[in-house]
Amino acid sequence: MLEIQNLSVEVGGKRILNDLNLHIGEGEVHVLFGANGSGKTTLFLTILGFPGYNVVEGKIDFKGVDITEFNITDRVKLGMGVSFQHPPEIRGVKLGDVVEQLLERRGGGDAKALARKLNLSEEFLSRDLNLGFSGGEVKRSEILQLLAQNPDFFMFDEPDSGVDVENVELLGGITNEMLERDRRPSKRQKSALIISHIGYILNYIKADRAHVLLDGRIACSGMTEEIYNHILNEGFEGCVAKCGKEGVRCEF
Amino acid sequence: MKGLKAVLQNAEKKVLGVSSEEVKIESYRLKGGEHDSISSLKELDEYEGELLAAGIDPEEKGRSGSFLQQDHSVVFAKSLIPGLEILSTEEAIKKHSWLDEYLWNIVPADKDIYTKEVAERPTQGYFLRAEKGTKITLPLQSCLFISKDRIRQNVHNIVIAEENSELNIITGCTVAHTVSEALHLGISEFYVKKNAKITFTMVHNWSGGVDVRPRSATLIEDNGVFISNYIFMTPVKSLQMYPTAICAGENSRASFQSIIYAHGNTNIDSGSRIVLQGKGSRGEIISRAIATDDARIIAKGDLVGEAENVRGHLECRGLMLSDSSMIESIPELKARRKNIDLSHEAAVGKIAEEEIRYLMARGFTEDEAVGMIIRGFLSIDIKGLPEGLARETKKMFDMTLEKVM
Repeated sequence: MLEIQNLSVEVGGKRILNDLNLHIGEGEVHVLFGANGSGKTTLFLTILGFPGYNVVEGKIDFKGVDITEFNITDRVKLGMGVSFQHPPEIRGVKLGDVVEQLLERRGGGDAKALARKLNLSEEFLSRDLNLGFSGGEVKRSEILQLLAQNPDFFMFDEPDSGVDVENVELLGGITNEMLERDRRPSKRQKSALIISHIGYILNYIKADRAHVLLDGRIACSGMTEEIYNHILNEGFEGCVAKCGKEGVRCEF
Repeated sequence: MKGLKAVLQNAEKKVLGVSSEEVKIESYRLKGGEHDSISSLKELDEYEGELLAAGIDPEEKGRSGSFLQQDHSVVFAKSLIPGLEILSTEEAIKKHSWLDEYLWNIVPADKDIYTKEVAERPTQGYFLRAEKGTKITLPLQSCLFISKDRIRQNVHNIVIAEENSELNIITGCTVAHTVSEALHLGISEFYVKKNAKITFTMVHNWSGGVDVRPRSATLIEDNGVFISNYIFMTPVKSLQMYPTAICAGENSRASFQSIIYAHGNTNIDSGSRIVLQGKGSRGEIISRAIATDDARIIAKGDLVGEAENVRGHLECRGLMLSDSSMIESIPELKARRKNIDLSHEAAVGKIAEEEIRYLMARGFTEDEAVGMIIRGFLSIDIKGLPEGLARETKKMFDMTLEKVM
């Protein structure tokens, strides 16, 4: 699904990602851990194609197509969908209208029914995009738009930050469903990359693999639980101590 | 220092911009604008596009009545509802001897060269009146239409909602596409009596060679409500107006909402003023202005609090889409009592890149994203309209926006 090879990225002339490699197969969900400033958001926005995130080396293949030079819209049209951590407020643009248009692109659907699934009222659909939304509402609105979009590859930037426990459970359940986690592994076609400082969401979303981003490169990769436990016990510093050596990528 | 002086002079010139230029009234003609009456608006089918763009339905579907003035002649005036009077101002003056008290009462005839011109050489205008207790929720449509080149249209309009009545008006000012230059001077005096309500939705559909100088005022008595919605989307050579609502009665209310999309060489100096004179009166001014190409907009708002317990809010938002356009936002609050609550917010900026990127991340193209943001920016919730009128207003808004984008 997504194949990142030897990716180096500069932002404002400063190297943020360094020779990064990542392979996410069809039906796989990966988690990317990393301390603040490790380059998680840069990777997220580079995959999405944000201007200003300059790929100076390497390439990104998506569904077998080299998208390194694609703009955001074309990447999304190829089957990418994202959930932002801090989406901007857009006055006058109604959440419901956006959801309707996303559904229309797929040939129609019931926006209100999708909203109900996320405990969002009809009134909520008539609100301006992200204007005055609470932390939990932002997340649910992002997931609502993803549900309407139904992409093949999902990216979530900190999907549980600022959300209360009850909502994390709800979002986790729906995300699992979206990602076809209820199917047998061989039947899964949806893939995802979840970016997380380290959160509860992993209690609800079962990820296949986890990676730790350190100084702009992937320092460790392995089974989610092992990496998660390792970070919980020893912190990111533990990962640094074990895998932080020049150019080494350790496997758990 | 010399450089600085030039900059200052230049800045001053820019500030004065639109309003300092007086139109040469005499260069527009008062003759040659006569037309015969028509028995149906459908007879004007050659101008159907112009009329539709100004919110006029030639079929009169869902309307309580219609008024149409072409150049200097009132060619159509018909009420479809008892208790609603639709006449030319000239006829109304003949019919109602009491009308004297309403003419040049809240707009002084000697206010400026334009009011003087209309006082001396009026060329019709409309008289709309809802009789006492008559609540007309179906909108009536009125249209001031310029179809001849280089014409000077000097209209004087009088609108009266008698006690306990309600009047909903869609008015369109429009110009034939064949007209390259014209001048429209429009005096409007609105009277909202006790417990009465007027909603006035005005669409300006001018063209790049037209100078426009409306001068209007509204007097609102106890518990009266005046709601004005203004939509401007096509270019104009120059437009200058500062409609004033005087909330004279206790608990009276006034609201101005304007949507301005200025492109081409459009020059607009537009504002709204509400004077809160009655105890407990309320006022709200909301404006959205977009400037692109070489357009220049001065967006003003003025709230004056002169009585106990009054409350007013002013909100001006501007969006700049080009480096050669200009927006000046000038909100003013004037308090003359201690027990008063007046507030304003004003903001001018560009479309935020992150908003565009966000929508692109949902698969919209950059153009689609910009279109959605502009549409959203202009779409203020127009409150207080009956359902039919709200629908019509939205339709008009969508249609004009479709055309300009």
